[in-house]
Amino acid sequence: MIGALELGLIYGVMALGVYLTFKVLNFPDLTVDGSFTTGAAVAAALITNGINPVLATLAAAGAGLIAGAVTGVLHTKGQIDGLLAGILTMIALWTINLRIMGTAKEDTAVAANLPLLRAETVFTPLKDAELLGSWAGIAIILVAVLVLKLLVDWFLSTNLGLAIQATGDNGPMIRSFGVNTHRTTILTLAISNGFVGLCGALVAQYQGFADISMGVGLILVGLASVILGQAVFGQRFIWVASLAVVLGAVLYRLIIFFALRAGLDPNDMKLVTAVLVIAALLLPRWRFLRRIPALRRRDGRIVVEDGSAAPAAAASPGSEPVAATPDETSGR
Amino acid sequence: MRQTSFRRRALAVTSLTAAAALTLSACSSSSSDSEGGDDAAGLESVKIGISQLVQHPALDSATEGFKQAFLDAGYVEGETVEFDEQNANGEQATAVTIAQTFASSDADLVLAVATPAAQAAAQAIADKPVLFTAVTDAVSAELVDSNEEPGANVTGTSDMAPLSDQLEMITQIVPDAAKIGIVYASGEVNSEVQVEAAQEAAADLDLEIVTKTVTTANDIAQATEALGDVDAIYVPTDNMVVAGISSLIQVAEDKQIPVIGAESGTVEGGAIATLGIDYESLGHQTGEMAIKILQDDADPATMPVEFASEFTYVVNPGAAERMGVEIPQEILDQAETVE
Repeated sequence: MIGALELGLIYGVMALGVYLTFKVLNFPDLTVDGSFTTGAAVAAALITNGINPVLATLAAAGAGLIAGAVTGVLHTKGQIDGLLAGILTMIALWTINLRIMGTAKEDTAVAANLPLLRAETVFTPLKDAELLGSWAGIAIILVAVLVLKLLVDWFLSTNLGLAIQATGDNGPMIRSFGVNTHRTTILTLAISNGFVGLCGALVAQYQGFADISMGVGLILVGLASVILGQAVFGQRFIWVASLAVVLGAVLYRLIIFFALRAGLDPNDMKLVTAVLVIAALLLPRWRFLRRIPALRRRDGRIVVEDGSAAPAAAASPGSEPVAATPDETSGR
Repeated sequence: MRQTSFRRRALAVTSLTAAAALTLSACSSSSSDSEGGDDAAGLESVKIGISQLVQHPALDSATEGFKQAFLDAGYVEGETVEFDEQNANGEQATAVTIAQTFASSDADLVLAVATPAAQAAAQAIADKPVLFTAVTDAVSAELVDSNEEPGANVTGTSDMAPLSDQLEMITQIVPDAAKIGIVYASGEVNSEVQVEAAQEAAADLDLEIVTKTVTTANDIAQATEALGDVDAIYVPTDNMVVAGISSLIQVAEDKQIPVIGAESGTVEGGAIATLGIDYESLGHQTGEMAIKILQDDADPATMPVEFASEFTYVVNPGAAERMGVEIPQEILDQAETVE
């Protein structure tokens, strides 16, 4: 249970990255499956080669950044469809990841698995202090993730961040205002994958190994976290939305945890995940659900927070991406 | 299996409620109910957590063999031994969650099946014995300090195939073989280890090894074609290639190249023969190690990693005919035959 919470919080870092592309930029970025492993591979290879784990983790974020920028350049400058650009980078990264991990082994150029079981990692101090696996450990990880979340909130409120939101909202319009949407797209993809790479590095150090297949299917986990989180915790304001995706990642891990505890057939897990995400996507659209008092109260809160937009919000609460809310963008 | 999973499901409803309650009480449960309950045979009742990476015939039979070892030693499932079987369905993050669940549960011992599951268990569990099986190279996976002296709470069995014996068998079946092709998945560390070992063994036998890697099962046919002019193909215990063995066999039959497998599943899939590990008996061997730890207080830190002690010949005469070779009588005499 505690472990699932810790892991969920760590995966929250990836969810923040996926939130930036999927919700803010409105770009389904499949680079994630590859850049997550890239982060893990870079961190594991550097740590194995004796580099300080904090530096290794930062380098992993940098590697993710580059991966995201590649997808961005392919999409904007190369005019390649976004989905395909992500897939291409992801596939290319498979080979690159094998090579990166290979640098940590003496007699082979490629490696599919790098153990960190005996290595000094960023979690070693927590482990030595016997904080890992305790509520104190969760608090520490939570604080670290919240710092990253606040960074995202802050960034999205800068002029550049507003331009990024507007790019996702209505590219042609914002281009006519003189914003270079190519630049904003590349930048967002880079930052997003930086977060994903950082998360990969943390997960590898947390679970004690990097493995070439650790990123496979991860985009689904990211999307599930974002969609689940925003369906449950709301997405009216950016600070709510970014908190919601972190909590969504935790929720996702908890659901997996309880499903496993419940003795669910592992072969059914993928279907369960898909059904969960579909439910999270559809729930806000079912009007009759708003007759349930608990849900009505949520509507009421929206009215208090944002009087003028309330009728529109009541018509389709939760169905619009955050960046698409006009008062949101202009209000910051 | 059916019955247990049903019972587990019924149990699960209660445990879900319990889990929710535990959340509030800081989840620091290590209930003492596993201590008591000696039965007639004088066996202390035990709880075993099993974390398997993915459903796969070889891994499934390793788990079965492990459980059978307990039953053979006189344990009764549901009375003196309880197996909490979890499967990560190939997702490593899930394997981590499973390992952590066992770390805080009242399981007396944990079995981890396949390398990433074992690494996750070794990382999460420090205060109870962890046994692994179906791990090819436990040292390079950093599960143990050395095969002789594991050094901590983790030990188990390796599924390293007897590569030099297997290559020698190739030369028995294909006497003029000089060039051996191997197709393996670049994403599997177990295959890397085997290819390295094969290259070493081949040097002693004056054989040349040619390799091609695949990243998905769809590439297997093409990679097999790309091996070119080889005298035989060796298939290591590579999950992806074994799963997609039919496409490799098809190409090999077309080009009349004999295929030798590392384990019996491959032979059932259409390879000619193997001198291989029986995963069920490897699992059984692991179970015996577990019982030694639980009953005789053996220390995993000083229990050497065990390797399969018995290898069996398995042959597929039909496949031999289709690939245009004859299996020597001396192999046929001691072999199990499959179709």
